[in-house]
Amino acid sequence: MSTLVILEQIYGGWHRMSWEALAAAQQMDGPVWAAVAGGANVNTLAADLAGKRLDRAWAVSHQLLTAYTADGYTAALAELIRREQPDLVLLPHTYQVRDFAPKLAARLGRTLVSDVVRIRRDDQGLVFTRQLFQGKLNADYRAVGPGPHFASIQAGACRADQVQAGTAAVEAFTPELDASMIRAAPQDPFREAQRAVDLTAAELIVSVGRGIKEQENIALVQDLAEALGAEFAASRPICDAGWLPMERQVGSSGQTVSPKVYFAVGISGAIQHLVGMKGSKCVVAINKDPNAPIFEIADYGVAADLFEFVPELTEQIRKLRG
Amino acid sequence: MKILAAIKQVPARDSQLRVNDSGTWIEEPDTSEINEPDAYALEEALQLREKAGGEVVALCAGPESASQTIREALAKGADRAIHIEDDDLGRFDSLGIARILAAAAATEQPDLILTGLQSDDLGFGQTGVILAELLGMAHATIIMKVEPRGTGIRVKRELEDGWFQNTDLPLPAVLTIQSGINKLRYATLMGIKKAKLKEVRKLTASGLGVAVEPSVRLERVFMPQRTKQTRMIEGSVRDQAAALVEALRHEVRVL
Repeated sequence: MSTLVILEQIYGGWHRMSWEALAAAQQMDGPVWAAVAGGANVNTLAADLAGKRLDRAWAVSHQLLTAYTADGYTAALAELIRREQPDLVLLPHTYQVRDFAPKLAARLGRTLVSDVVRIRRDDQGLVFTRQLFQGKLNADYRAVGPGPHFASIQAGACRADQVQAGTAAVEAFTPELDASMIRAAPQDPFREAQRAVDLTAAELIVSVGRGIKEQENIALVQDLAEALGAEFAASRPICDAGWLPMERQVGSSGQTVSPKVYFAVGISGAIQHLVGMKGSKCVVAINKDPNAPIFEIADYGVAADLFEFVPELTEQIRKLRG
Repeated sequence: MKILAAIKQVPARDSQLRVNDSGTWIEEPDTSEINEPDAYALEEALQLREKAGGEVVALCAGPESASQTIREALAKGADRAIHIEDDDLGRFDSLGIARILAAAAATEQPDLILTGLQSDDLGFGQTGVILAELLGMAHATIIMKVEPRGTGIRVKRELEDGWFQNTDLPLPAVLTIQSGINKLRYATLMGIKKAKLKEVRKLTASGLGVAVEPSVRLERVFMPQRTKQTRMIEGSVRDQAAALVEALRHEVRVL
């Protein structure tokens, strides 16, 4: 069984999740192939692949791939996949992959199994495990019919440091693209105003989620942060609602933090939030639902009503600190 | 501008989920609601109509009970709706569902299709993108802003780590909308009253000529296993707080 992993370059370098996807591909039996798409610069970047354990590798290069577009990437990679006929195509589950991989799979008449945490093979073929209901349940999806099958790998599901070294010859692949195929006109990426709040250096973070219910309740959790001398942060829905500024958001669209202790208050633990904080040395989760996924990654769990528990905790900490 | 808002009904966020006896799906939840990102997609469609004129059609595939979510969309201001009624959509994979929606959408010839970036139940995050491919439309994902611009649109895409990108697209196009793009409205009493008179066109997967031929099949649903040794602190609220303070002082050593 051959596995093709499609790696991602971003702003001229490698997306860190590319190596996690490569590690996943190297765990499969059979030949492992890799491809990376881009403009002229991709040839330089692809030279890094020469030192990995790969049976084949392609630098998919074309002037029309210099700026990422779903149309360009889909056409180029569909051409490579049709020519080489891999049995399995793996990708890192990045924002860019979410933008083009479903289209790529559909063009080849297949469904992408996205955000996969585990892949195994039994006597009937491939089984992909992924999460449902924002991480509350898991599910096994079985590949049916002929390949290629497509899956994208969740952030952190495999370890980049487990990529095996070796040697590979990197081949050039020039897809047949035409400017008329590309409908989107993307401009340069930008960041909004400089972030005034840097959560990445914080030792202690108290973060509040949807469980807080109303804006006026936020102060309850802010008191806890003050008592602890912690930075105050939030999950996405709180910032979406405008209850806290976007710059205090932790998660895939906000900041990635790794404090000594991360207090998750009323946060259920959807993957979009977890990717931003699972590097924390210690996680304390406070949530009224004992089955909330946040408890799976917590060191200390308190299944309690936050409206009763948090003021009590704040008071005890204040007493201790005098 | 004619806009389709593709919406889905999912179990309510606070539902206690129970895996069914055969381990193939969940027991029927007590309450259901519109998928949250789809609510933002519908709202964006309504706001675009208010700015540029035109029509908003809600498109929903789901069982008979999804008519509740469709009525709410009409009460909020959608002009009419299409309900692809099916009690067992689980036999289709994402490509199959998108084929059903594409077949229904093709009968409307919309300028724009808006949908949420992902569903809160399955979370594949791909229906909109596949829909665009099947209909031959341009698309953009994780959208935080939509502006009509000449004969096309300019959208603001959210990228990772706080980056954004503006992209111009021709119409027709499909956009997957990020939660938080706008402020959701509530249905008014008048809206609820009017909704009762609005047209809901009913279609079926077989009537649309979509066959069941999945390339992936949901085989088993199960509770996740804890990978980390979590110490659950039990007792009264006061005892729990005391035990946590104790752990923070002597085990984690941050107090």
